[in-house]
Amino acid sequence: MKRPEVEAKMTDLLVDELGIDRDKINMGARFEEDLEVDSLGVVELLMALEDTFGVSIPDEEAESIGTVGQAVDVVMQKLEG
Amino acid sequence: MSRRVVVTGLGTVNPLGHDVDSFWSAALAGRSGVGRITAFDPSGMRATIAAEVPDFDPEQYIERKEARRLDRYDQFFWASTHQALADAGIHYEEDDPAALRAGVVVGSGIGGMISFQEGIDTMRQRGPDRVSPLAITQIISNMAAGLVSIRYHLYGPNSCVVTACAASANAIGDAAEIIKRNAADVMVAGGGEAPVCEFALAGFSQARALSTRNDDPAHASRPFDLDRDGFVMGEGAATLILEEREHALGRGAKIYAEVAGYGMSADGYHVTLPRPGGGGAARAMQNALDDAGIRPTGIDYINAHGTSTQANDSTETAAIKTVFGDYAHEVPVSSTKSMTGHLLGGAGALESLVCILAIRDGVVPPTINYETPDPACDLDYVPNEARAVAVKTAMTNSFGFGGHNVSLVFTAHS
Repeated sequence: MKRPEVEAKMTDLLVDELGIDRDKINMGARFEEDLEVDSLGVVELLMALEDTFGVSIPDEEAESIGTVGQAVDVVMQKLEG
Repeated sequence: MSRRVVVTGLGTVNPLGHDVDSFWSAALAGRSGVGRITAFDPSGMRATIAAEVPDFDPEQYIERKEARRLDRYDQFFWASTHQALADAGIHYEEDDPAALRAGVVVGSGIGGMISFQEGIDTMRQRGPDRVSPLAITQIISNMAAGLVSIRYHLYGPNSCVVTACAASANAIGDAAEIIKRNAADVMVAGGGEAPVCEFALAGFSQARALSTRNDDPAHASRPFDLDRDGFVMGEGAATLILEEREHALGRGAKIYAEVAGYGMSADGYHVTLPRPGGGGAARAMQNALDDAGIRPTGIDYINAHGTSTQANDSTETAAIKTVFGDYAHEVPVSSTKSMTGHLLGGAGALESLVCILAIRDGVVPPTINYETPDPACDLDYVPNEARAVAVKTAMTNSFGFGGHNVSLVFTAHS
């Protein structure tokens, strides 16, 4: 999967699974500050990433995810790794 | 001087309407809200009917991002509370000191049952790592009270009553007492239920509590009729804004009625069946009358628990006769569950709302589907058509599995 495709799927997932407004989402958007994703929402996000991309993201690695772009980075690493 | 409690706001979402006005006109028209279940395919269930809230759109009240995180029960109570606060003209900013004196008591029989069922399904089918992080917050009954306190800045007493089908009647009574003992000036009080899922339907069916008149849904809920065969599950919520009387007068609020009496008792008899003869129910009614300082003949209308089960309706009739004596045959008694189905934990609040509107408008809603008299149910059940009655005082009864009996008395405000 190429990066633009992962980014597009990530955006759809944030809209469909977390109910975030599409126009607020960009790769620099911060989950907590910009998208108002709380601690429970972060767990939902991880579950959705795992289901959508077929990857497994341990909580330790998830801690490095602050922005939408960083979530894409983690997924890309998993897919390429 | 003792503090008095009045009702200054109403809200509801239920099978007959998405707001107070549409509900009330449907109830006075004698419309049934019962139909074949649409939430899931009920084929193979003993009971395939329910009173559902059609086309409910939570996003009318709740931002989409938030609404998707909530159980349907929470959405209902949020909606009815939004309406009630608006009706009362009450709005607190986050830093408003008055918000410290405003609280919530919610009642629900089983809370987020649909979420409970979905969570168990997910765990069994996909494993524990796929259970939603929101599963617990969606299931617990008290969350509705927490949610509205967060959204509407209500920082006073906040709690939840879980007494099955008496829950929201208890919530209103308890909230009134919180105001009376000067722990709050304003209380959001009510409750709701969203039980229409396979598990709850199966459970109540197996307890042989539900009507199986599946081929004729609109006539399935028939309280006090000889051919009644169980209750019909309903869903929805109702909220009352309770307010200390001087507080309400001071801000020029519209006052619907006074919460005049609250009575409770326990049957202490059986998990589902009422005590034969209705002694427990009778004591709750008498306690409410005593609390209100009203004689039985001072009650102008009784909104019965009237579930349409064999046991409840004959026992409640006996209990009314115990308390009201000869006057039992004069006072109009109706069961709006004939139209709304049984909202379980939400029923007491919705039926309190009915009493208050009866006082406001001088009309009592009917018991529909009343066709064949039962010798064990021989009161005036306001059969099939609403009736103009000058209602100055009204009583509502709510009885729950476990033997919880609650009666509330509302009076016209003077």
